[in-house]
Amino acid sequence: MIHGALTTDGGHFTFQNFSTTFSSSADMAAFKNSLMIGLWTALLGAVFGTWLAAAVLAGEPGGMLQRIVSSASGVLAYFAGVPLAFAWIATLGATGVATVLLQHIGINLYSGGFTIASLTGLVLAYTYFQIPLMVILITPALEGLRPQWEEAAQSLGASKLSYMRHVAIPVMTPAFVGATLILFGNAFSAYATALALTGGTIAIVPTQINEALNGNVIANQDRVGLALGVEMIVVVAFVLVGYWMVQSRARRWLQ
Amino acid sequence: MSATPSLGLEMRGLGAIEPAPQPEQRRASQRQRPRLWRVTIFVLAAIYFIGPQLAAFKFSLVLSNGKYGLGNYGQIIQNSALRDALFTSLEISAITAVVVVALVLPTVVWVRLRAPKLTLLLEGITILPIVIPPVVMAAGLEQLEGHSPQWLVSLAFNHALTGLTPFYVILALPFSYRAIDTGVRAIDLRTLVDASRSLGASSFSTLTRVILPNVQTAVLGAVFLTVALCLGEVVIATILLYVTFPVEIIQLGQETGPGVQVAVSILSLLFVFGLLFALSFLAGRRRGATSTRLI
Repeated sequence: MIHGALTTDGGHFTFQNFSTTFSSSADMAAFKNSLMIGLWTALLGAVFGTWLAAAVLAGEPGGMLQRIVSSASGVLAYFAGVPLAFAWIATLGATGVATVLLQHIGINLYSGGFTIASLTGLVLAYTYFQIPLMVILITPALEGLRPQWEEAAQSLGASKLSYMRHVAIPVMTPAFVGATLILFGNAFSAYATALALTGGTIAIVPTQINEALNGNVIANQDRVGLALGVEMIVVVAFVLVGYWMVQSRARRWLQ
Repeated sequence: MSATPSLGLEMRGLGAIEPAPQPEQRRASQRQRPRLWRVTIFVLAAIYFIGPQLAAFKFSLVLSNGKYGLGNYGQIIQNSALRDALFTSLEISAITAVVVVALVLPTVVWVRLRAPKLTLLLEGITILPIVIPPVVMAAGLEQLEGHSPQWLVSLAFNHALTGLTPFYVILALPFSYRAIDTGVRAIDLRTLVDASRSLGASSFSTLTRVILPNVQTAVLGAVFLTVALCLGEVVIATILLYVTFPVEIIQLGQETGPGVQVAVSILSLLFVFGLLFALSFLAGRRRGATSTRLI
């Protein structure tokens, strides 16, 4: 694929395909959109996911709640790209249940410029699988927080708050940052939900690649699509290097 | 310990010093009291996660003539295109799952026994399929297809089963590795292998008759994850123009209207949730299991 991105149709070496993507305003806008979606959904997913995971773990171990949350997380994080897009259309689409309900109490979402096929809509839909993925990624780390540490801190006179500040949060930070990076990479590269939700009308990088490959807009753009793919891989590589760096830190305390 | 309650009762009866609460008891009572921070997130999560599913369910009950009914669910069974796509996807899932388990289980055992240093590296690799864009993989595959000789195209790429299964195997490997590794870590692998060897078992029968029964829940977890992945993967299949189950769900909207589409979505979600939920009971039944975490 890298070979394809660096050659012309005649097989000569070139950087032309990359410079095409950098000078194309549509491609750059798509990159900006993808990065924004990645950033927002990673932050939302990380905060709420950790909160949810902590709340579940504080409950009865092996209880019904834990079973339901862990099964549901597996479904939503690994399987549900297409089905959940339809659930969102049914909720907030032009004739969706929530849209109609809000109209009854006098709020018209669509007159305010909202559509489910917008950036806001995508962030809302992506967070739906980002939170479960965070629950899956952060639960082992939260389980590694030993109750003995809290007891030790309390016996040394620490309050709940100072235990959180001086023990729990410092120990958890590397794992939290690592998981957030993965969430970013996941949203940045995800396409299934957007494909089903918008049918390819919103400019994110995977849409641009798909259109370039299928020649929907201009014919013979295959190699530009490949160049975009290589650029995505570069972003993902940065994410992965960051992840591996914090991961070795995370392992120091949490097994 | 059995004497403690009566002792406590006697002491209270005598009006003596109240026995100090046991630390365990204190924790238990703390645990049961619902706390504001827990209740808040559960309510938020319930609205955010269950709301859209309820909305989707209501949506799926609306028929094309505007009335309510279960007609959309009936249409699913009659739709032959959908049925064909589902069978294709299930075939791919089954083959992928078998291949994945056959590859991953020996690898996990080998790494745990012989090369524990590789564990870190492999754990790093298991994160790859989450972050590598499927659209980029598909683009690379399309290139590959364009450059392969004709015999390979007609042999492999012309049918979804042979065209997609190898790539789904690669996609599912890391997830399954994670699931099976969790299971193998929980058993005393070295002792089991030594015992089996000293009784004269070959490597193969050690693997299939000693290790496999001990990690069957984890293996089942890997199988279900693989099935979920194969039934849900849509990007690669779309770009390579194969009609699998999720691709057919998207196309269904143009043929039958959105009601049937949403109905199929709900059923497929419930199916996979049911698989994983049932699995959590199998996992919880094992002796000494402290966690129901599968993945």
